[in-house]
Amino acid sequence: MKPPLFAYRAPTKLDEAIKFLTSDADAMVLAGGQTLMPAMNFRIANPSMLVDIQHVEGLKGIAIENGQIVVKAMTRHRELELHPDVRRANPLVWETMQHVAHVPIRNRGTVVGSLCHADPSAEMPLLFVLLDGSLVAQGPDGKRHIPAEQFFQSFLTTARRQDEIVIEARLPILPPGAGWAFDEVTRRHGDYALVGVGCILELDVSGRARDVHLAACGIADRPIRLKAAEAALSGTRLAIADLDAAVRASKGAVTHLDDMNTSASFRRRVLGTLIRRMVQTASSRARSAAPSLDRQ
Amino acid sequence: MTRAAIKPSIPERSEDPRVEVALTVNGQHVRRTVSVRMLLSDFLRHELGLTGTHVGCEHGVCGCCTVHIDGKAGRSCLTLAVQANGCKIRTIEDVAADDGALHPVQQAFKECHALQCGFCTPGMVMNVLSRFEDGEPLDLSESGIRDMLSGNLCRCTGYINIIAAVRRAAELLGRD
Repeated sequence: MKPPLFAYRAPTKLDEAIKFLTSDADAMVLAGGQTLMPAMNFRIANPSMLVDIQHVEGLKGIAIENGQIVVKAMTRHRELELHPDVRRANPLVWETMQHVAHVPIRNRGTVVGSLCHADPSAEMPLLFVLLDGSLVAQGPDGKRHIPAEQFFQSFLTTARRQDEIVIEARLPILPPGAGWAFDEVTRRHGDYALVGVGCILELDVSGRARDVHLAACGIADRPIRLKAAEAALSGTRLAIADLDAAVRASKGAVTHLDDMNTSASFRRRVLGTLIRRMVQTASSRARSAAPSLDRQ
Repeated sequence: MTRAAIKPSIPERSEDPRVEVALTVNGQHVRRTVSVRMLLSDFLRHELGLTGTHVGCEHGVCGCCTVHIDGKAGRSCLTLAVQANGCKIRTIEDVAADDGALHPVQQAFKECHALQCGFCTPGMVMNVLSRFEDGEPLDLSESGIRDMLSGNLCRCTGYINIIAAVRRAAELLGRD
């Protein structure tokens, strides 16, 4: 269908853009439009005003500074995916982004837009929760930093206030020697995940896991860290029994009810399978980063 | 809900607020005044008469409306005409040579019988073409080509011949 009518604004200054948002409680930010435009064409979203931020100064590009990958608000998915320094600094970003829709969508859609939409099955919110990323929101009263875990509050609901624009998102680079993995199960490639799991971990000199991060999407009203499973794996050699314990510890994390896509019990089974696979993949990558651990 | 009455006449032109857009389409500079909510797909078809860009689902799933926006494939149904202000747009009408000679990607689709009704073909061609032209490494394995085509739906032929056409296009373009 066609989108409902709205007032269109295309400011070039950030404070003008924020003023437009402040002036109208039903105004929405338009960045790449790859989620908002379908929602409007479906008439699910009906903003009275669109504030197009593509011409706002200072909202483009990617920088790596102080151990953080800084992604500006208008940075398209494909730019982050193909950035050679990002791929070296945090290979999990590339691996995860292969699952974000399709290339023509990634050419237009923005990373920050995906975070602000906060679909609980989406990959990018999971990546930020997994890596302890953060967002910077700017409103009429100035800037504030919001840790990713506090940003995602519920289904399509974030800590961003209506009069704020998320001007950048920050992801830590991976520590040297860390292992990483992401995979998901979908009905069709490029769809939102039924369940997706990401893992990063390090191995100490004796081959025991430390700094284990596990997160999942598609299992609750927001992407979540699997803290009980992380605790179950921490300090172990990641043997089969340790993985079994982590899977058992994560069962309660699935709060998503049965829906048209699948049942909660299937999500629980897929979550367990993905946890095993992702921990094993991350661990073998950590081992190949530190070959002296091979014999342990 | 009340039943709408039959109106004596309907306005010839929408009463939406209008905005001027100026962009380059297939190398030609165009300027039009359109509704703020006009989609780029409708702009190309109804304002410029370029009906080669097809409109299937209008929510970004089918890929039929794929055009190049500043050199990269994108959905024209998920882009407002006003968002494309100042952009360079390329549509399927610009792909074949002026004398009608097919582009190697089009030639490959023809040779491999990669189309039946042809509705999805402009989007398929624009998507595949952008991947051959964007300078990034290409995975031309079967799974790589399937991934490349995953954002375009075909409801007639199935995908086997389309996959063969991408492989043939790579040969014709010296990219195999």
